[in-house]
Amino acid sequence: MSHTEVVDSKTAWAGDNNSPFGAGYGKLMMWFFLMSDALSFTGFLAAYGFYRHDYSAIWPTAENVFTHFPFVHSHQPLLYVALMTFILIMSSVTMVLAVEAGQRMDKGAVIKWMFWTIIGGLIFVGSQAWEWMHFIHGTELGAMELGIGTVEINGVIEQTQGIIGRWADDSKQVLMLPWRETLGDVTSPYITLEGDALKAALANAHEIHGANLTHNEYGHPLFADFFFFITGFHGTHVFSGVVLNFIIFVNVIMGTYEKRGHYEMVEKVGLYWHFVDLVWVFVFTFFYLV
Amino acid sequence: MSTHHHHAKDFLFTYIFSTDHKMISKQFLVTGFLMGFIGLIMSTLFRLQLGWPGESFEMIELLMGSWQEDGVMAPDKYLSLVTMHGTIMVFFLLTAGLSGTFSNLLIPLQIGARDMASGFLNMLSYWFFFISSVVMLCSLFVEGGAASAGWTIYPPLSALPQAIPGSGAGMTLWLVSMSIFIVSSLLGSLNYIVTILNMRTKGMSMTRLPLTIWAFLLTAILGVLSFPVLLSAALLLVFDRSFGTSFYLSDIYIGGQVLEHSGGSPILFEHLFWFLGHPEVYIVLLPALGITSEIISTMTRKPIFGYRAMIGSMMAIGFLSFIVWGHHMFLTGMNPFLGSVFTFTTLLIAIPSAVKVFNYLTTLWKGNIVFTPATMFSVGLVSTFISGGVTGLILGNSALDINVHDTYFVVGHFHIVMGLSAIFGMFAGVYHWFPKLFGRMMNNKLGNIHFWITICCAYGVFFPMHFLGFAGVPRRYYTNSEFPMFDNMIDINVFISVCAILAMIGQLVFFFNFVYSAFRGPKAPMNPWKGNTLEWTSPVEHFHGNWYGEIPAVYRWPYDYSKVNANGEYVYGEDFIPQTTPLGDDEKDGGEH
Repeated sequence: MSHTEVVDSKTAWAGDNNSPFGAGYGKLMMWFFLMSDALSFTGFLAAYGFYRHDYSAIWPTAENVFTHFPFVHSHQPLLYVALMTFILIMSSVTMVLAVEAGQRMDKGAVIKWMFWTIIGGLIFVGSQAWEWMHFIHGTELGAMELGIGTVEINGVIEQTQGIIGRWADDSKQVLMLPWRETLGDVTSPYITLEGDALKAALANAHEIHGANLTHNEYGHPLFADFFFFITGFHGTHVFSGVVLNFIIFVNVIMGTYEKRGHYEMVEKVGLYWHFVDLVWVFVFTFFYLV
Repeated sequence: MSTHHHHAKDFLFTYIFSTDHKMISKQFLVTGFLMGFIGLIMSTLFRLQLGWPGESFEMIELLMGSWQEDGVMAPDKYLSLVTMHGTIMVFFLLTAGLSGTFSNLLIPLQIGARDMASGFLNMLSYWFFFISSVVMLCSLFVEGGAASAGWTIYPPLSALPQAIPGSGAGMTLWLVSMSIFIVSSLLGSLNYIVTILNMRTKGMSMTRLPLTIWAFLLTAILGVLSFPVLLSAALLLVFDRSFGTSFYLSDIYIGGQVLEHSGGSPILFEHLFWFLGHPEVYIVLLPALGITSEIISTMTRKPIFGYRAMIGSMMAIGFLSFIVWGHHMFLTGMNPFLGSVFTFTTLLIAIPSAVKVFNYLTTLWKGNIVFTPATMFSVGLVSTFISGGVTGLILGNSALDINVHDTYFVVGHFHIVMGLSAIFGMFAGVYHWFPKLFGRMMNNKLGNIHFWITICCAYGVFFPMHFLGFAGVPRRYYTNSEFPMFDNMIDINVFISVCAILAMIGQLVFFFNFVYSAFRGPKAPMNPWKGNTLEWTSPVEHFHGNWYGEIPAVYRWPYDYSKVNANGEYVYGEDFIPQTTPLGDDEKDGGEH
């Protein structure tokens, strides 16, 4: 049962209540559960990948969406999410230290490091809420969601319905639409509308601010759908992790594991916590960095 | 213990909230069979409509009320019944019922453990299953009726509550029920895996495990890896249904009104669903194959042919099952090159499957076969596994599939290879381990009658469906009488329906045998089939812990049959060496080739 058990490859698979992996059944269960959970996330991230590929031309860039930092009014793309990622990873480090302290049966140190892990987790969940708030709230300027109509690009007539146009600047004189246009040697990632063409395009349009599950100021609505869904699913995991950590934390304080003679429960919630961190690394990479 | 209060408490924890794996196994068995019986009745009801479309069955109106007004089944109710029949049979009977019953019964008993790793999680697993069964049955009675989009619940029918009557509350309950079901399956599978890996008795190395246990282990691993993806698919669907997202929905009109959804694709759902859906076929099948391996070896009094090949082929089948899901989607506009890749991986499965079939046949070859109902159903499984597998070669080929896609050919194929094989394995298991489950013997004569009715009627139902499919008759249609080109198919449909009704009646024989034997059957001896495995060394009466005193140690593999006795003679009853007998000096362990 204990973590100090050494696996002898000759006898490990031979029965007699030997675990082939030198882990108690509870820890093994946690590993298999994490494998299972990993596949749920894989399903979501794969789905996200397919749509992002399908709509790569009009997929919002994270640098243009997440630009806020608390108490600072300047433009700080991705700085805050980098900070919260760092905090989450640090909470994994403190979790490792808690597990290590448990192996030494050092109750005081386990309490200290579990405390910091819980604090790290809470900061992360809070930060996510803050990030959601800004994403939902959107910008002052907003964007225009075009209605039924057409526009001519490179000699091709394109339907405009559902296309999100963003203003070039605060004066609202030039609208940028997410189609590539080649003029001479230069290819622009978007086309611009102004004057009469703009007026015609805006006839059926309506203004939107921020993002929700059906509209998205920053680009394709599926970006918002997946953002809310996947970070929400992950956030639920982090929150459950904090709750689990807290329960174990209380047990540690009460001396439950000292009496039991080992801190394997700390190790088990530790596994879950590391998993949640690892998943975030993927979510962070796919949503913010790539 | 003497007060009345204590008795009530004993009853509660012995029969209801039991953590004893044997009781939980019985709970799964009874719940699974009840669900299966409901699924069977549903199929008979819609077979009436398909055999005699539009004809009035007034007797059934008494039973069905407004579902069968004037004795004719309403079209939307037909769709509900087809959907619920599929869901109940695949998930509730053949996944939870089969795996839940035999994994729970046999894992601790055959590996030599006192109980599952976590009896509490095991109990939760059953009760989640029970709740999901109740929710699923309740969905039949809500407004609009039960889910009607087929057991595969493809969007947009499942994603838009206003699409058809069954897309409303019934569909919501379907999703709720399946989410609970996935939790149950996860808890069960985790328990099975760690119990097998960690709690084997002394000497029970992995290569001395009975093939049943290998099958349950691989089944549980498949479940742990594939059900979470169904959960992903279901959660995204819930968001599309209830929160306005467009994961599976693109521009769509209903009743001339354009909906707000845009950008998504229902094909995404099919990918996620079939990533579960194909491994699910083997989640259903592998336990049956494991049970059959065990029974065929015991009942032919011969060592299983190719023990390691059996394990290897199950592993290969399990692995391949994760990379073939595209063969359900050849007609979704899939890139033909990708189609050919899925064809290749699909046809590869024929190899390990054929290995298994040949191993069964070579084990049966020249064996001293003891004919019990369990033997019969095991051989029946070999038959259906072959005849259903052969048509799989046609469907797995992306070019040939075009002609028979979504026709009765598919229905015939998967009912034979997955439905019949799995249920035959389950029947075989029940007949074989009934003495272990209830301490009494079932009646062999009734069992044989049950077998012959079942196999004749089952082939009678599903074999002609291939011809319907070749003729192009589409599956899931309420009636085919509207199409003149199918007019000459009506006789086949009548024949199928008659067989279906007879098959249902045949199951009553089993039902009677089961219930009567459980209470009044002759008392079972400890080792009625002269088996080698550990469950036959545990006392007939049930108590928590399985063995008095020490758990027996194991010295050899479980298939030492057709041995001569001490006098060098070959006598039934003395021709086997249980796993608990130490190896002789000149002996080699059969598992360690």
